[in-house]
Amino acid sequence: MALVTAPTKACAVNPLKMSQPIAAAYAFMGLRGAMPLLHGSQGCTSFGLTLFVRHFKEAIPLQTTAMSEVATVLGGYENLEQAILNIYNRTKPKIIGICSTGVTETNGDDVDAYLKLIRSNHPQLAKLPLVYVSTPDFKGSFQDGWEKAVARMVEVLVDRPSANGLWYPSKVNVLPGCHLTPGDIDELRVLLEDFGLCPFFLPDLAGSLDGHIPDEFTSTTIGGIDVDEIASMGRAGWTIAIGAQMQRAAEIMQAKTGVPFRVFERLCGLHPNDEFMTFLSEISGRPIPLKYRRQRSQLADAMLDAHFHIGGRKVAIGAEPDLLFDLSSMLHDMGAQVTVAVTTTQSEVIERIKTKEVLIGDLEDLEGLAKQKRCDMLITHSHGRQAAARLKVPFYRTGFPMFDRLGAGHQMSVGYRGTRNVIFEIANLVIAHREENDRPTPDRWRTTPGLPQSSGYRRSTGAAERPIA
Amino acid sequence: MSSLAATVQNIFDEPGCAKNGSKSGAERRNGCTRQLQPGSAAGGCAFDGAKVALQPFTDVAHLVHGPIACEGNSWDNRGAASSGSDLWRTAFTTDLSETDIVFGGEKRLCKAIKEIIDKYDPPAIFVYQTCIPAMIGDDINAVCKAASQRFSKPVIPINSPGFVGSKNLGNKLAGEALLDYVIGTREPDYTTPYDINLIGEYNLSGELWQVKPLLDELGVRILCCISGDGKYREAASSHRARAAMLVCSKSMINVARKMEQRYGIPFFEGSFYGIQDSSESLRQLARLLVERGAPTDLLGRTEAVIAREEARAWAAIEPYKPRFEGKKALLVTGGVKSWSVVAALQEAGLELVGTSVKKSTREDKERIKELMGQDAHMIEDMTAREMYKMLKDAKADIMLSGGKSQFVALKAAVPWLDINQERCHAYMGYVGMVKLVEEIDKSLSSPMWEQLRRPGPWEALAKAREQMQSPMAAIACDPALAETARRARKICVCKSVDLGTIEDAIRVHDLRSVAAVREHTNAGGGCCRRRIEDMFVSEPSDMRQAAE
Repeated sequence: MALVTAPTKACAVNPLKMSQPIAAAYAFMGLRGAMPLLHGSQGCTSFGLTLFVRHFKEAIPLQTTAMSEVATVLGGYENLEQAILNIYNRTKPKIIGICSTGVTETNGDDVDAYLKLIRSNHPQLAKLPLVYVSTPDFKGSFQDGWEKAVARMVEVLVDRPSANGLWYPSKVNVLPGCHLTPGDIDELRVLLEDFGLCPFFLPDLAGSLDGHIPDEFTSTTIGGIDVDEIASMGRAGWTIAIGAQMQRAAEIMQAKTGVPFRVFERLCGLHPNDEFMTFLSEISGRPIPLKYRRQRSQLADAMLDAHFHIGGRKVAIGAEPDLLFDLSSMLHDMGAQVTVAVTTTQSEVIERIKTKEVLIGDLEDLEGLAKQKRCDMLITHSHGRQAAARLKVPFYRTGFPMFDRLGAGHQMSVGYRGTRNVIFEIANLVIAHREENDRPTPDRWRTTPGLPQSSGYRRSTGAAERPIA
Repeated sequence: MSSLAATVQNIFDEPGCAKNGSKSGAERRNGCTRQLQPGSAAGGCAFDGAKVALQPFTDVAHLVHGPIACEGNSWDNRGAASSGSDLWRTAFTTDLSETDIVFGGEKRLCKAIKEIIDKYDPPAIFVYQTCIPAMIGDDINAVCKAASQRFSKPVIPINSPGFVGSKNLGNKLAGEALLDYVIGTREPDYTTPYDINLIGEYNLSGELWQVKPLLDELGVRILCCISGDGKYREAASSHRARAAMLVCSKSMINVARKMEQRYGIPFFEGSFYGIQDSSESLRQLARLLVERGAPTDLLGRTEAVIAREEARAWAAIEPYKPRFEGKKALLVTGGVKSWSVVAALQEAGLELVGTSVKKSTREDKERIKELMGQDAHMIEDMTAREMYKMLKDAKADIMLSGGKSQFVALKAAVPWLDINQERCHAYMGYVGMVKLVEEIDKSLSSPMWEQLRRPGPWEALAKAREQMQSPMAAIACDPALAETARRARKICVCKSVDLGTIEDAIRVHDLRSVAAVREHTNAGGGCCRRRIEDMFVSEPSDMRQAAE
């Protein structure tokens, strides 16, 4: 059991956290022909847009109601109405996902009522799904925004199955958490299909943000799950939720349609994937394909090769709760010590992280604690780059945003194969760092007093010793 | 201290702005930003603009008073470079929670300021107002005033909440804050007759350092750059400069004009993009300094440097000219003065097929016409779809634009180059222009494009499948069908002799002439002579040789 500590600082320094509305918009990006719309001032959208563009190196559909000061005072009905009509006329979307922001939550815009009024004033919108999710910037974090948006999509877009409707046992709904990349989703799709199952991902970022080149230019999303496909999710055999954040959406799905669900909190690591494979085998009635037996064996071998490098490492991780839980558990399984853990928001899983204390904080906390506790590995999103440079430790980038490396959308961590990749990558960072910075010298273990190297006999953990500033 | 609304009005009525000057009174009151269109707006907010303009001050702590979105979603996203402190890249925000919004965020702000001073002790703190605290009435001016006194440290309010307008307005509000609270609050250690200010220059990718060595060589000192690689004390003492150059005229013209008004610092609008523009700017700087009392030999020395640098740059660009012959470029940007880049690209021999004039004044447009000819394609506001079509139809070989439209070009498999603030190459000055030309060449001549435009293998396969599905394919793999087809096709229509009969006769008797065929079959050999002859010809020669 980890102790969860809340922050006491008035000033967040180098935030780890990002805001809810852009995450909700991100979820809508996994729907085909979608246009996410932030109800707020145009900066709210512009910042999010830039962040996603930097992460994915892709065109990102994201619009704004462009609330001005006056509109904020008078209420945002007209801006919302105009925005929806403009988007409808210009881009012909299949769905508009509307996310509130701090501005419109503070002035108390009743968006649900606005939408009713807009629909009654503009009958041409009758068939256009408008999904609204309340995501004030001043509450929760990125992961919460995603969770709320997906839950809302299930509430609004999934049809209640009719009494004599057909039921498709091989159809499986998959609700991926926001820590899964398009690459992860593609991997899971193949995996489920290999069991003869027919997966539907909500949202399906692999269709829209996997970096493919569309045949035609479109200003909405260029792929993802179709609104009709979401509607028929109630006739699936199972729902698989990945990450604790998706439990709520799965529960709503079950309450609405009766589709049973199972939550997999982790899909990175040997044991969690054994469980996952067993489950897929059970629900499909098929044996685990030989391919995966082979992959499991490869993972086992990777663990054997990498434990020399990862074992004993004192790791500092900063990530959103589900990603933090997944990665830190995997590293713990590999023999690393999760020495510092910082996250962004409350979650049930963080108490179960295998470390003494989990701090809800920022990257200043992560950096400070990592320095204090002499961590020799840093894991967080790209904003950790400055801290890593100051700490002079190997730095593994994971999560969102990852703007200073290519291929963020294809970084894969699920399944035996994904776990193997992560393990190799982390171990390689350790090896490279050792070669560049920790070459042994004749004076490394000299204890003669007075010499600068004489910091005393200090056992280094796994890696060679390095001056600690 | 005037209200924010009054400040905004004041900024809109900028006498130094040519575009503003050409407007009617009513238009002027409407302000210089276009009304934002909900649902089809792009670009940042006023807070974004203020932050962008001031963040390159490297030793200042930039504290954002707002919810996590404003700083958490945006920090460390600029490519400005620092020669010293990295504090500007550290994000500070009050990360307002629901409780703060209910009870007010002033106390939290005050505590945050104290924490920053305790931990980082910067020479100054800039506090940025955002929408939510502005809505709930947090008085950041009062908090900053109190904090300045309490901690005896400049704590500067930057009053530019996002919803007051566009990014550009935010640039100017940031300038107002500098004028109100920073500029003129300190004295420089020493002054020289060669002290200048650069205004609206952000040292993106360190590009200022491509020009600075030339200024150093001439003995010209940058007293303060607002704000690229700037330091707080430099900004505070910038009122002692002898002359100023307004680099990005759109963002901080108010600063240049008011500094001229208040401190008598003459300024000119110039650019270091392009060879001729760089030379012109150096000349102007020298002229202004000499007018303000600098020794006149500066003029001659400047000309010498210009002559040397121009010769070098032209020589470096020369080899590219033949490579660029017939190549067309589309320029879509609001970030730099379009015409200065237009001139630069033409210097390199590129043909400009269009340029955006979204943020240009009438004079700018006239100048573009002068450069590109009367039929210059000036794009007021181009949608992404239009751009895509233009590129797909190969109307341009390369697009130069800001990061936001890059995928329009890339997804059309057309070369693209970033010339806005997120870019990673520095294009300023003489070396910068050579670099730009180099980059364009690298992009245009890459063998990658040809590969990418090639269709996927399935398209060729689809053709093969089509052939397989044709009736001929069915005949080819079914002997019985083939036989029927052979018998069904008449070669000699007059005597009704089919293909099979003739083929068999040729094969069995090894026939070589039409006459021989006539002997062995019923065929007439008149109107069907050519068809029979074709049957001999189609026999492979090597087979015949083998048979012989």
